[in-house]
Amino acid sequence: MTSWFAKFLTSSIGKKVIMSLTGLFLISFLLVHLLGNLQLILAQDQGQTFNEYAYFMTHNPVIKFLSYGLYAFILIHAIQGLLLAYNNRKARGDQRYAVKVDRTAGASKSSIYMGSLGTVILIFIVIHMAQFWLQMKLGNTEMVVYDEEPVKDLYTLVAAVYQNIGFVIFYVVAMIFIAFHLWHGFQSAWQTLGLNHKKYTPLIKAVGYVYSVLIPLGFAAIPVIMFLRQQ
Amino acid sequence: MPFQSQVPPGELSEKWKQYRSSMPLVAPNNKRRLEVIIVGTGLAGGAAAATFGELGYKVKVFTFHDSPRRAHSIAAQGGINAAKNYQNDGDSVYRLFYDTIKGGDYRSREANVHRLAEVSVNIIDQAVAQGVPFARDYGGLLANRSFGGVQVSRTFYARGQTGQQLLLGAYQSLSRQISLGNVELFNRHEMIDLVMEDGKARGIIARNLLTGETERHAAHAVVLGTGGYGNVFYLSTNAMNSNGSAAWRAVKQGAYMANPCFTQIHPTCIPVSGEYQSKLTLMSESLRNDGRVWVPKSQDDAAAIREGRKTGLDIAEGDRDYYLERRYPAFGNLVPRDVASRAAKTACDEGLGVSPTGLAVYLDFDAAITRYGKSKAHSQNEHNADKNRIRELGVAVIEEKYGNLFEMYEKITGEDPYVMPMKIYPAVHYTMGGLWVDYNLQTNIPGLFAIGEANFSDHGANRLGASALMQGLADGYFVLPYTIGTFLSQEIRNPQVDPDGPAFMEAEAKAQERVNRLMGINGSKSPETFHRELGKIMWEYCGMARNAEGLQKGRRMIRELREEFWRDVYVPGQIKEYNPELEKALRVADFLELGELMMLDALDRAESCGGHFREEYQTEDGEALRRDDEFAYVSAWEWDDTDPILHKEELIFENVELKTRSYK
Amino acid sequence: MENMKLKLRIWRQGGKYPKGQFVEYPLDGVNDHMSFLEMLDVLNEKLISQKEDPIAFEHDCREGICGTCSLVINGYPHGPMQQTTACQLHMRNFRDGETITIEPWRSRAFPIVKDLVVNRDAFDRIIQAGGYISIDTGQAQDGNAIPIEKDQASHAFDAATCIGCGACVAACPNASAMLFLGAKVSHLAQVPQGKVEAETRVQRMVHQHDVEGFGQCSNITACEAECPKGISVEHIARLNRQYIASTIGSEKVAN
Repeated sequence: MTSWFAKFLTSSIGKKVIMSLTGLFLISFLLVHLLGNLQLILAQDQGQTFNEYAYFMTHNPVIKFLSYGLYAFILIHAIQGLLLAYNNRKARGDQRYAVKVDRTAGASKSSIYMGSLGTVILIFIVIHMAQFWLQMKLGNTEMVVYDEEPVKDLYTLVAAVYQNIGFVIFYVVAMIFIAFHLWHGFQSAWQTLGLNHKKYTPLIKAVGYVYSVLIPLGFAAIPVIMFLRQQ
Repeated sequence: MPFQSQVPPGELSEKWKQYRSSMPLVAPNNKRRLEVIIVGTGLAGGAAAATFGELGYKVKVFTFHDSPRRAHSIAAQGGINAAKNYQNDGDSVYRLFYDTIKGGDYRSREANVHRLAEVSVNIIDQAVAQGVPFARDYGGLLANRSFGGVQVSRTFYARGQTGQQLLLGAYQSLSRQISLGNVELFNRHEMIDLVMEDGKARGIIARNLLTGETERHAAHAVVLGTGGYGNVFYLSTNAMNSNGSAAWRAVKQGAYMANPCFTQIHPTCIPVSGEYQSKLTLMSESLRNDGRVWVPKSQDDAAAIREGRKTGLDIAEGDRDYYLERRYPAFGNLVPRDVASRAAKTACDEGLGVSPTGLAVYLDFDAAITRYGKSKAHSQNEHNADKNRIRELGVAVIEEKYGNLFEMYEKITGEDPYVMPMKIYPAVHYTMGGLWVDYNLQTNIPGLFAIGEANFSDHGANRLGASALMQGLADGYFVLPYTIGTFLSQEIRNPQVDPDGPAFMEAEAKAQERVNRLMGINGSKSPETFHRELGKIMWEYCGMARNAEGLQKGRRMIRELREEFWRDVYVPGQIKEYNPELEKALRVADFLELGELMMLDALDRAESCGGHFREEYQTEDGEALRRDDEFAYVSAWEWDDTDPILHKEELIFENVELKTRSYK
Repeated sequence: MENMKLKLRIWRQGGKYPKGQFVEYPLDGVNDHMSFLEMLDVLNEKLISQKEDPIAFEHDCREGICGTCSLVINGYPHGPMQQTTACQLHMRNFRDGETITIEPWRSRAFPIVKDLVVNRDAFDRIIQAGGYISIDTGQAQDGNAIPIEKDQASHAFDAATCIGCGACVAACPNASAMLFLGAKVSHLAQVPQGKVEAETRVQRMVHQHDVEGFGQCSNITACEAECPKGISVEHIARLNRQYIASTIGSEKVAN
């Protein structure tokens, strides 16, 4: 790419724009991901709907292409975020404040801890993907046959994990972290893109708050309900 | 040394135009070679530095602040006058000229003041073009308000932060010149001496405030835009670091100090609360539009208030003395600054003061709150509104008009001015006196120029509100950039001035020796202690009212104090480091001489005019008595350690008739 | 209250304390009408009388407009009261017997000069990079030639009210100067005179901001909370908008 673009991306505002755009993509991904995963608990058909959905998601070329984009965006968002956190720490200088306060105007306290929240979420994503995605790709997932088509039985894999109360708690806690991350991230992404408007910003904030509660709540409900159903 | 006003001939209204067109110029190729040092980055210095850079001169600009944006011009609240006549209310250049001359009690030069009024209009245009967000009307055009003692609406303003916005405009223009390489900025550098070569000002000795090193800087001309010397009183509305040292260093090299006793005392400041007080805060003059000034009629009531047994609210209407309304029925609470200040002093001298120190009067908004409340209730069709409702509505109106001022008052005093009447007292605000300059703004030292509050030129014995910003910017943007050509055009044959020449080496050695001497005294009292002491003497004997006996006594006391200072001051720290106490000590040392000169000037001026009130010269009912036949002159003092010498520049009035100001 | 007793924990650096450390000073006889800086004056006078090195702190106008004072008091830049500079803060906001911790602005771009004094030249350099309108003296047209809508002028003023103190940087957990930068960009972008060179301006100023070593904004809004003039992060959004538009949406290539 031309140098002006590289310069833009490496400027402090460009770096934020990267965080904002990848963040917004991940935010929208969460909704898609949740709608699919809700099949785990909504369609009470021993996982057929869910497994077929998973099959579709891993075999449709467009979705496959998007999924590589998703992996890249997760990585970019995480690496850029960590670099920013490192740089920002450096910008404070060698000596840190002896008395720490956390007063903000408009933004929530979670804005201060985005780096830490994000790091925990990153660890969660790694574990999450190792547990399901990697198992599915490389592990020996059982096959089931629907309409003469063999499909990986991801449902059983998920159900097995969610029998473990430890994992259920782990997933629920992780969702709390995601909720806090979103609580700031959603509105912050728009502010970074320059959208701060007397009329629209309150709306963006409201949507953001609802979104950052409902989405993680929906995700958290899955392991909890599956756990309870298996008792 | 020359002592000519250099006022060009011709009709008053044509002088500047003609002079500007016939003035010697410096060609662009020569401008690049000519160096100019500017000390100070306030409205005058900052504007001049930017403009000189634009014109192509090689400029070095000095400020003791960390940034040019911090100069005390930034604190000006009210506004800036200009004869734009945008309000179509009969304003004109002549009217602004006339108001300024009259407001100054006829102690300024006609030609200078007229030029000021002429260029005032350009300043507004320039500031708007720089992006200064002046207040605007609904149609998007510039708004105006009126100010003390004037019958037209000619004051442009940017909320209560006009000085800030104008200074930032100049600062930004200066920053542009710095980035273009036309101006070199020396921040955290304080001028500690002026260097003279062959009778001309050729450079300065500066102290790098971060390292404490002295530096020699040479140029073809030196411009001082270093502000006023109000801090000689210790307590004033000036910033803590405002000082008279740059100008005083020039005086020590032979520059004349003009009208040093003309100081402006502002009537509406927040009173002193205790010995620890470090500075005084101004409350805008606009408050007197709605506030009523009063003290209790009886000394017993006043004493009870001082001791905290009563408050202002306990004093019945009939037991209050609204003394301005009583003494000046025509103008009432809106008499000019000097008159209002003196009246407050008189009341407190009679034991009627209302703060624990005895030095405060009330500024009461109760009547205004009721009046506005009633009218608001009426306009809202609330005809049966009870007392509380009326109050509530009235408070809302007052809040809209003066909310930020009331808030500031509460922050500082901890009292709610919507409930308790405000306490105010006069405080030193501005110094009309300053370095003597001719029409070209050149001092009697060739090559040394003084602009803004640092010179004496335009305000006579009393400055009108919203005129300080106007003068600083006029000098910096529109006057000096032209007039300096009269001197610099003679310099084009002179090579670069050598900062390593003998005059510079000698000046630097002398300056260092002075610093060494101060540090070596190792006495017992801090510079602050001496400054406070000096302030008390100045305020007592050279403050709002002066008399010959007091002035003589004050002069003696200052001399004794000066002697003690050089014997017993203790300056902590080292020379070659960041040392604010040393900076302070150097400034106090100069104030201790300047203060004496002020006493002397006040003693010489055996009349009362503007901010200078001699008790011996008053009318039967206690008003100022000006003596035009004997004192229509500018006193220009040549410093001498034992006996300063007075030079007089006669003031000639060809266009205005000298009248007695009356506000009764 | 006439006689408050305080324990002051003050950061000292330079001279006797080359690496910097907290030093505790008890102080009696503090009057609650004193301003915070007057309280420090009293302490300094006491130190001088004991022939000790007084505490270096910067201050000038003491009426909240020059932007010189720069103290972090109990963790808050300019102290716990919002929309108040340290010089306008009064001792009645503290309790008798309280321990007050005073630190300098902490940012890599604001190196410490001595004790509580920092060097803020970086701000000047950001303005020099483009925080102005390129107009020479005398070139201006009549002030009323271009009307500016009242609210628009007022919004520009809201940004222009910045006093350049650096509290935004001190408060920002990322030590970013985006509020300072955004205020100037936003001020000049909202007046017609400033629109002419808006694209170049924002490019150059952002670049300078980054060169100085300030951190990156993550929209925490601590800057707005501590800004003595209450400048809104809305101006940072406008800065972002301007910057993105001047890069992506402009044919101009910044240099």
